[in-house]
Amino acid sequence: MQMRLKTLLLSAAAALSLAAAPAIADGVKVGLITTLSGGGAGIGADVRDGFMLALKNAGDAGKQVEVVLEDDQQKPDVAVQIADKMIQSDNVDVLTGIIWSNLAMAVVPAATGQGKFYLSSNAAPSALAGSGCNPLYFSVSYQNDNLHEAAGAYASEKGVKKMFIMAPNYPAGQDSLAGFKRFYTGEVVAEVYTQVGQTDFAAEIAQIRASGAEEVFFFQPGGMGIAFLKQYAESGVDIPLIGPGFSLSEDILPAVGDAAIGIKNTSHWSTDLDNPANKAFVEGFRADFGRFPSLYAAQAYDTANLLLSAMAKASPSDPEAFRAALAAAEFDSVRGKFGFGPNQHPIQDIYVLEVEKRDGELTNKIIGTAMTDRGDAYAEQCQM
Amino acid sequence: MLLAEQVLNGLQYGMMLFLMAAGLTLVFGVMGLINLAHGSLYMIGAFACATVAAWTGSFWLGLAASLAAAAAAGALVEMAVIRRLYPRDHLDQVLATFALILVFSEGTRWIFGDFPLYLKLPPALSGAVTLPGGLQYPLFRLVIIAVGAAVALGLWLLITRTRLGIRIRAGEADREMIGALGVDIARLYTIVFALGAALAGLAGALVGSIQSVQVGMGEPVLILAFVVIVIGGIGSIKGALVGALLVGMTDTLGKAVIPGLFARFMEASDANTSGSAVASMLIYILMAAVLLVRPQGLFGARA
Repeated sequence: MQMRLKTLLLSAAAALSLAAAPAIADGVKVGLITTLSGGGAGIGADVRDGFMLALKNAGDAGKQVEVVLEDDQQKPDVAVQIADKMIQSDNVDVLTGIIWSNLAMAVVPAATGQGKFYLSSNAAPSALAGSGCNPLYFSVSYQNDNLHEAAGAYASEKGVKKMFIMAPNYPAGQDSLAGFKRFYTGEVVAEVYTQVGQTDFAAEIAQIRASGAEEVFFFQPGGMGIAFLKQYAESGVDIPLIGPGFSLSEDILPAVGDAAIGIKNTSHWSTDLDNPANKAFVEGFRADFGRFPSLYAAQAYDTANLLLSAMAKASPSDPEAFRAALAAAEFDSVRGKFGFGPNQHPIQDIYVLEVEKRDGELTNKIIGTAMTDRGDAYAEQCQM
Repeated sequence: MLLAEQVLNGLQYGMMLFLMAAGLTLVFGVMGLINLAHGSLYMIGAFACATVAAWTGSFWLGLAASLAAAAAAGALVEMAVIRRLYPRDHLDQVLATFALILVFSEGTRWIFGDFPLYLKLPPALSGAVTLPGGLQYPLFRLVIIAVGAAVALGLWLLITRTRLGIRIRAGEADREMIGALGVDIARLYTIVFALGAALAGLAGALVGSIQSVQVGMGEPVLILAFVVIVIGGIGSIKGALVGALLVGMTDTLGKAVIPGLFARFMEASDANTSGSAVASMLIYILMAAVLLVRPQGLFGARA
């Protein structure tokens, strides 16, 4: 039975490869799977726009990349279907773009199992950084725990003795609080899990008010962050907030409004990070799309540039050479300093940011460094 | 003090659910229609309020616009689509109104873009007030409680004291008969549907100003609104009010109390995870318990 299935699959693959149009000369075909409908569409738009902007800025080299763009609707089953279609009938060489960790867990192992490269422009669950690492999988963003670890380190260094910490109750939320606690040396007075998609935080704010904490750490990306920040500002509670960059990213700041000004958060990138690549990126993005880019856009921009740098040296049809070219990470990152660790996850600096109003719009500015050359906690478990 | 604050939170949450559930139960009771697109009307109210408030700088004009836009969208949808669904069975209604959700969501995204909108409270309603006993509480949440109570009173007067109310009750009891008595059923249905839509729009605008105004914001609330009308009894406004307050209180107090309770006999982190899991199940346990004792809901007329 297994033998027959294998033969069937092989002949199907052969038929498909005959049927598929020949790849463009020396070009690479990229499958970009991201969230373009529903409540997460803002983040997906930033991923798409950041990726496409990098290709546009690269001129002729960028034209060598053919992008197949699909909407995953933030659903794991849809993402898997799209990935299968891209791999089997579109014949893509490289996949990227997934925002949510649960979707990445459904797609990445299947894609690398079929011999395709996956370059993550956002989600980087711990399961894929440690024992589940793969030579064909690169995270160009971070490892999930990183920004939360930096927030913990920052709170410790600042001498905050009592923290109230909260995150949505799903794997990335649990990673978040684990990451925060890994580097926080003070006392956690309360650890609260909220529901994913929760929009009313009155009960949690009442707990914060009564907790006696000196500061509050909150991981609430997207619409959850908007709701929490607006309600917190109205509540009359004046305990300072710290977030990972996701809770105060440029995709949600306009909807939060001035209530966000002054809130500290930790991120590996900021609109005011001082290097030529970042200046060109932020100015180009604002000129083309009329808004500040978020960290999601910056990561996608870097992902595209990493891909272009590898394409200049090798072709994905020679996986060994292409992998080495990717691992070298010889491109001008908008993060300035950028390199890969042994598990092909970034080693990078993580900064402390503060929300401010610049040219009448809300964005973040760098006020310090939380961690230098940070890799991740799972690299040791990776055997490649 | 913490408990007092959580009780107010539960009350406010319940009132917000009531605004959603009232329209839903009215439409179900009078027309026998399951309207999944009720959450879209809530979203339309929020987007209308945010847009008009951004144009004119006035939250109050935005609030008026949210009522008008949701009622207009409701009336339009009733005449164009819903009207054809009354004689069909519930499965067809669910399919058609689910399609409406997709149309409204992507239509809204198409017009307003991918990013959430900004909607701010007017200065007169923002900030916290100190209640007797020294409790600090956001003023706007008190306003939501007051608006919910006013709507409940208004609906009660409408249903029991006006000619329209008599027709609505008659329509619930026997729709063929009131048609035979010369009441224009089609118009009555459009009016009821628009009324329900306007209430959803009002809820959307109020809630949008303390939450995020974004595509898909209506669906999570819709699910809870269905729980409310199942608990309260389908078609009963009184049931919707009682059910909404029960769900609001149970959910808020459950989230506040249960994790702490679990922590007495469990590891703190385990207590957190399992406590919040149980807390989020609580309203469904409540619904199951009510259905077990009274399958028609607390105030439901029909079994």
